[in-house]
Amino acid sequence: MRHLRRKLAFYLVALWAAVTVNFLLPRLMPGDPVDALLSRMQQTGGAVSPEARQALEVMLGSGGQENLAAQYLTYLGNLLRGDFGVSATYFPTPVSTVLTQSLPWTLVLVGLSTVVSFVLGVTLGALVGWRRGRWSDALVPATTFLAAVPYFWLALVLVFVFGATLGLFPLTGGYDYGLEVGFSGPFLASALHHGLLPAITIVLSSVGTWLLGMRNMTVSTMAEDYVLTAQAKGLRPRRVLVTYAARNAVIPSLASFAISLGFVVSGSIVTEAVFSYPGIGFTLLQAVQNNDYPLMQAVFLVITLAVLGANLLVDLLHAVIDPRTRQTGGR
Amino acid sequence: MTVTSGRPGAPTPPAVAAPGARRRWMPRDGRARVGLAVIAGFVLVAVVGPFLVTGASGIGPDPLAPPSAQHWLGTTQTGQDVLAQLVVATRGSLLVGALAGLLATVLSIVVGVVGGYVGGRVDEALSLLSNVTLVIPSLPLVILVTHYLDGGGILAISVVIGLTSWAASARVLRAQTRSVRARDHVAASRALGERPWRMVLVEVVPNLLPVIAAQFVFAVIFAILTEAGLSFLGLGGVDHLTWGTMLYFAQNAQALAIGAWWWFIPPGLAIALLGCALSLLNLSLDEVINPRLRGSRSRRDRRAARRPAQPREER
Repeated sequence: MRHLRRKLAFYLVALWAAVTVNFLLPRLMPGDPVDALLSRMQQTGGAVSPEARQALEVMLGSGGQENLAAQYLTYLGNLLRGDFGVSATYFPTPVSTVLTQSLPWTLVLVGLSTVVSFVLGVTLGALVGWRRGRWSDALVPATTFLAAVPYFWLALVLVFVFGATLGLFPLTGGYDYGLEVGFSGPFLASALHHGLLPAITIVLSSVGTWLLGMRNMTVSTMAEDYVLTAQAKGLRPRRVLVTYAARNAVIPSLASFAISLGFVVSGSIVTEAVFSYPGIGFTLLQAVQNNDYPLMQAVFLVITLAVLGANLLVDLLHAVIDPRTRQTGGR
Repeated sequence: MTVTSGRPGAPTPPAVAAPGARRRWMPRDGRARVGLAVIAGFVLVAVVGPFLVTGASGIGPDPLAPPSAQHWLGTTQTGQDVLAQLVVATRGSLLVGALAGLLATVLSIVVGVVGGYVGGRVDEALSLLSNVTLVIPSLPLVILVTHYLDGGGILAISVVIGLTSWAASARVLRAQTRSVRARDHVAASRALGERPWRMVLVEVVPNLLPVIAAQFVFAVIFAILTEAGLSFLGLGGVDHLTWGTMLYFAQNAQALAIGAWWWFIPPGLAIALLGCALSLLNLSLDEVINPRLRGSRSRRDRRAARRPAQPREER
């Protein structure tokens, strides 16, 4: 279990780093962020009560009435209690409430599309790497192109073609706003209808990364001696591919999950902006446009936490698939 | 650090760079040629283009005109020529890509090569730093920072993107440095009493050049995409033109709903085309780094590919 402990320790360090960056950023910026923010909030007609000012000072640090260490402790204490302050955009709703409303949307949308895209990309990549030099090689330039397309632009094009021109899908939103949110048939159907286009966007733009990585690894693995041995034993090609080559080729894909997930999350933030999808990315954008610092910082933390959690899961899975990581303590 | 890793009589591992790549100026690989040609085209447009076009800013007489002989790519809501804007924006986007890519690559060389070469505590600390940077999603962080900076122009954005996107490359370079460090020629120069910094610069880094080039190309794609996303969200500042800000203005003017496809299709296509060209270049660089990926063009190649892997020296 040394491996597990090392991994947990690493993610705790990463979490601490994210929290600390979040704490230090506004304090490292030139000028007094609270004053700058308040003046911007007044310009946009935001509510500026004394409590709001005080909350901001705790959040962002104000010209040094308290020393940095004390501010840091207060900040950590607030975080531990789940107290992110009050949102200026959705005043006077607490930030935590805004988060619990928007988080499920993103978790379902990004989670499902990431899984679909990963499975699709890895399967296709293994097949393309296996049958190299045939028609399937044409998939490589096609996915290269898709991977180079910005998510949000693909979203724009899809909205233009399927939403605005053909009228098959709604242009924006996560559900029909006439419907009650809950586990009712019409609501779920509407949510599915609204979520399909964003999901297709995310899958299309992210599938290429998985596919290319898996293809390259399959090509390398197919040249290994144990694959040759398996072929010489007269095993069926399918079995050689699935249990010998693909199983080993998928390991680097899992190992690079952290990098790729970062891409997907970043892409989906902008995609949500295009669709005005009521998820966490759209919330972040709303917060930025309204200078809602408490909400901005909380969204950043939540996204980071989600990415760290997903990576921890994948690391555990990695240890199950690849026994070597368990033995050497993970390198 | 001992010299014993140089086993006498063992075949020297092939250098990372293919021998033919150094003598020829033009790569043999067709994909690399296409990629380089497209990139050269974009660079040319970015350098001389803005001097040749007019009507990128200011207000023109016919707003929202579809493509015609006079305006090849139509006009925007305020009558600016989309083609002219595209040309000017090419310079902005390429500048961000080059600056941020350069910064990220330099940082990743410093962190990755130094960590991989020195080893021990330093390596552990630098590895931890890059792994932590890697798992923290960069776009939300960049959004936060650019918001605090309040836009800040091309230079500021490039620096922010560069500062947040070096980690993946650093990890790759660290692994490669460790394998190069274990090679005979490095051991030999160590035995000759070469100074460490000279050994890194003369013996290690030149062997990493294909890897570094690939990481640079990757960093450029990443920076251009990130800047486009940021600017599209309106966070990149609107005082300069990039492909991202063009899309931002198009989105804000409801170009989608009006059906002004000529306004928002070209910038995205330009990003995709350049990204594709850079990826093509990277695919062929990948094959320089890892010859096994090369297509099995001849039987001899295939047999060569099946030779057992070079033993990795892990310590």
